[in-house]
Formats: sequence, structure tokens, C-alpha cells
Amino acid sequence: MAESSVVVPGQDERLRRQSGLRRLLSRPDLGALAGTVFVFAFFAVAARGTGMFQADGVLNWSTVSGYLMVIAVGAALLMIAGEFDLSVGSMIGFAGMMIALPTVAFHWPVGLSVLFAFGGALLIGFLNGLVVIRTGLPSFIVTLASLYILRGLTIALSILFTNRTIVVGVKDAAEGSLVAFLFSGTVGDPVFSWLADHDVIGRLPNGDPSVRGVPMVIVWALVIAAAGHVVLSKTKLGNWIFASGGDANAARNLGVPVGVVKVSLFMLTAFCATVFAACQVFEFGSASSDRGLLKEFEAIIAAVIGGCLLTGGYGSVIGACLGALIFGVVQMGILFTGVPNDWFRVFLGGMLLIAVLFNNLIRRRVVSGR
Amino acid sequence: MTPQAAPAAAGPPLIEVRDLVKTFGPVVALAGVSLTVLAGEVHCLLGDNGAGKSTLIKILSGVHRPTAGDFLVEGARVDFASPRDALDRGIATVYQDLAMIPLLSITRNFFMGREPVRQRLGPFSFMDTAHADRVAREEMRRIGIDVRDPQQAVGTLSGGERQCVAIARAVYFGAKVLILDEPTSALGVAQTSVVLKFVRQVRQKGVGVIFITHNVRHAYAVGDRFTVLNRGRTLGTFAKSEIKVDQLQTMMAGDKELQELSDELGGTV
Repeated sequence: MAESSVVVPGQDERLRRQSGLRRLLSRPDLGALAGTVFVFAFFAVAARGTGMFQADGVLNWSTVSGYLMVIAVGAALLMIAGEFDLSVGSMIGFAGMMIALPTVAFHWPVGLSVLFAFGGALLIGFLNGLVVIRTGLPSFIVTLASLYILRGLTIALSILFTNRTIVVGVKDAAEGSLVAFLFSGTVGDPVFSWLADHDVIGRLPNGDPSVRGVPMVIVWALVIAAAGHVVLSKTKLGNWIFASGGDANAARNLGVPVGVVKVSLFMLTAFCATVFAACQVFEFGSASSDRGLLKEFEAIIAAVIGGCLLTGGYGSVIGACLGALIFGVVQMGILFTGVPNDWFRVFLGGMLLIAVLFNNLIRRRVVSGR
Repeated sequence: MTPQAAPAAAGPPLIEVRDLVKTFGPVVALAGVSLTVLAGEVHCLLGDNGAGKSTLIKILSGVHRPTAGDFLVEGARVDFASPRDALDRGIATVYQDLAMIPLLSITRNFFMGREPVRQRLGPFSFMDTAHADRVAREEMRRIGIDVRDPQQAVGTLSGGERQCVAIARAVYFGAKVLILDEPTSALGVAQTSVVLKFVRQVRQKGVGVIFITHNVRHAYAVGDRFTVLNRGRTLGTFAKSEIKVDQLQTMMAGDKELQELSDELGGTV
């Protein structure tokens, strides 16, 4: 019996190496990693001399990626648990209104409005999850309903209370507040001043460094991504997330509280959408009822490019983050290179198709062990 | 021939049910079933489709509550509200195809629902992955499955190996009674013998095994005692020394015509 464990050291090592390689090849985020390398290599050539890889250019695409990363992590975790949330985009618009309307129309302290928005979003996420779990209906349909309900409410309520669809004046109300810093501030400003002093990065005409600091949305993205990755790969809850999406029935038979897991993840996607919305509202100083349009699909695309299977049970948070990065780099890279923006969609569709085909291949390899 | 069943003489049976009745509205699924399961025996539960096997094991595993009758575990009356309760009393059920998640690793499957926790941080419990991998590898080796890497997906194992992993998992987590629901029905000959061999091995540890099947041959290969169900009633319990394969087959068919048909086909059904 012990023969299999006590083998010739050389042979044992050979086996280990092979299994290490196989493990690498069956990683869900391998495709996204390859895609990231390709995209960076491509734009390093195609967009050379355009400033895409100078400090302000980097800030530009990393901010776009950061926004998407915030919602992509939630979408990926939910997808791994076997569900979708199509209401993320509408939730962004609605959460923005939940911040702006009380602040502007009812003169609430802005911090209270933000708390209200998070509370409201978590409640909506909870209801989404509850309906899906209780009825057993596909989350696709349930959250499609929420998509319309929330978008409609966003427009109706903003017209009802302010008679317009764009609610401005949040910036004045939030001036100098903690929440304004939390969602639209920058960190590491001294580092960037120092870099400008030493001519590593450029300066604006008014003498400020071309990048003031790392925007908070990127900090949020990294924190949410790190937390999501650790929870998924290292904790009991992560095991339950995989199990719920892999086979909900088997998981239930083994004592995994599948319902609780799924409902919490619907709340997580709503939370992520609210973080997205808050960053946007405090960055622009306004809420608009068309914010977040189609973002649910962008989040799902990032997750799929990152190796999540649409059928659940397989995927990674790191992959979803790389998916968001690819998304941001390509979207902005196409602007930098001056190619008409329509090509972005063509590229995105192509990328999605390749990702899905590739994922299918990986899944087969994982299950067949070859 | 001395009976192979030499169960622990002392102590009450692991499971004892008497005159169990279960009705679903107007449907009588069980109309008085009695059964005892002793430590260290493989007790085969035989019956055709609709005989009440599924209902009986669902009661034993805590999915359903009996309408009437006595249900005792180690001599104490029990009333399970959920499968969790049954598990806590050491009754584990291995379902035919609902046991494993193919895309997940062997380790993750092995510890599903009972993850070893290394450290807690707020609401998050960190898994002790190293420990889990080690245990999974060890247990796999004990069954005779050489796993190169316990992180490999369960989907890479054969059907029989998956059944064995599910059984090993139940035993590792302290099952005293193991309910195996048609563990061989979806398997080929070689895979079946892997599972049957492992069932016998488990019995030697003093675990009571309830083996549900409608394949009399598989049952006879590992069983110590046989209980035949027909139309929601027990036709009786027999030790291996008291009954032959074809007698069991006849009783299970419960129908002359089917038995004749079976004979016509050369007794291969």
C-alpha cells in the first residue's frame, strides 16, 4: 500500500511536475491571463507614442477597469454559485438616485444618504435572491424583471421629486465629507508629487502632477477583489459557493446551506453595484437615471472572459479581474489609437466568443483529467 | 454453512424500525415495515420499483417523517426533522448520483459541508487545506485509488471510484450506519466489483450497511441478511444461510409471470 507513496524520488518528482503543469493548465483564469498579455502587447505596439502608457493614460484605463472590476467580482462569485444578476446595471442607476435624491431633494446629510443607499441595495439584493430561491425560477428571468423595475423606478422617482432625470448638486452637499473622500478621493498623493518632482511623471499646465493619486474606485476594486479571492479560494464559504453552483442538490444533501449562500451573493452584487454608483455619483457630483446601462452585461462578460462557466461551479475572482482589465485596456486603447469606437464592440464580441469556446475546452479537460 | 453475519452480539441494534407506515395523502407508500440493522452487517434491502425502498430510506435518513410506527437508533426512539439530524446520529446516506460535484477537487468534495477550519476571521472560516489534502490522499490510498493530486477534479475519477469516495467520506466522518442507494446500478462489471469489495471492507470496521438494490446478484455477493419489500410491506428478513439467490429473485419479483419470463431468459435478469 505504501508503495505508491514511497517511490523512487526521481519518479515522484516527475509526477509532481506533471501534476503541477496540469494544474496550471486547468486553472480557470489561464485564458484571461493569456488574453491580458496579448492585449497589453498589442497596444504597446499599436498605441505607442499616444500616451496610453504614460501616467495619465494609465490612470485613464485603470479607472475604467477599476469600475468594472468592482461589479465583475460580484458577478463572478454569483456566477460560480450558479446564478446571474441582470439587475446590476439598473441597480447602479437606482443606488445613485438613492444617494442623490435624499441629499438634494430632502437635504439629508450625505453620509446618511449613502448608508440609506447601501441598506436599500442590500434589501433589493436580498429580495432578488429570496424570489430566486423560493420559486426555483431561473435567476435570469427574476433579475430581468428587477432590471426593468429598478430602471423604471429610477426614472419615475427622479422625475417625481426633482422633475428631471439628472439630479445635480451632490458635489456641493458632499464637499469635504468623509463619504466624498471614501468614494471619490485619491490616495498616495505625496508619492505622485514626489514622482512629478523627479520628472518620472509629467505635470499639468497648472503645475499639478498629471496624476494626483490613486482614485478610490481602484482601491475599492482591489480590496473587493482581494477579499473575494481569499473568500473563494481559502474559506469554507468559498467551498460552499463552488458547491452551490456545481450541484445544488448534492451540496444540500451534504449540509451546505445553498439558499443562504445564494441570497448572500445576490446581496453582494447589489453591494458592488452601490459601490460603483457611489464612486460615480461623487466623481461627477450628480446622479443620472441612465447610469449603469448595460453594465450587467459588461460584468458578466468580464467574469466569462475570466474563466467562469455560465453553468456555475467553476471560475475565479482573479480571472474576472483580468477580464475587467482587458475590457478597460481595450476600450481605452481603441480611443487612444484613434480607431472608431464601434470596433470596440466587435472586438468585445469576438473576445467573448473565444473565451466561451476556451472555457468549454478547459472544463472538458478538468473533468477528463487530460 | 455458518452465517457470515457475526454482528456484535452486545447492545441494541443500530437501527430498528417496527411497523413503519408512511402515507402521502391517499397514497400508502409503506404499510407496515419492520427492519433491524446490526453493527458489522451488510443488510440488503431488495424490492422492485414502487416497493417502498426509497420511502423507507428517506425516513431512515431524515428526509421524511413516518406517519406511524417505531423508529429506534441504538435503542432510543428518534424523530428526525432533517437529514442533518440523521447525520448527527451517525446515519449517512450515499445517493446514487447526488454525491459528488464533478468540477470540484477530490479534497473539496471529501470535506464538503464539514470543512476543517484552521482559523476564524469574523464571519469567514479559513480552511485547513494542507490537512484536508493530506486526509483526502490518505483515505483514497486506503480504498486503493492512487490519487496523484487530491486537487484533481472528481470528474476525473470513474463512476465506481466516485462511489467509493462517497462511502469513504461517510465512514471518515463517523457514520455508524451507511445507507447505500443503488450504488452499483449505473456501473459496469469491473466498477461494481470495486464498490462491492469496498463495502465488505467497510463492514469489517463495524459499520452497519444498508444496501439498496434490485440486482439480487450484487446483493448476494456482499449481503449478510436480506429484507425483501413488496408493495409497502416486508416479506421477511433472511440470513444468507437460509436462502438461495433464486429464491430471493422469486420473492423479489413477487409475480409468477415475471419469474417465468426470467427463467425463459435463462435467469439472467
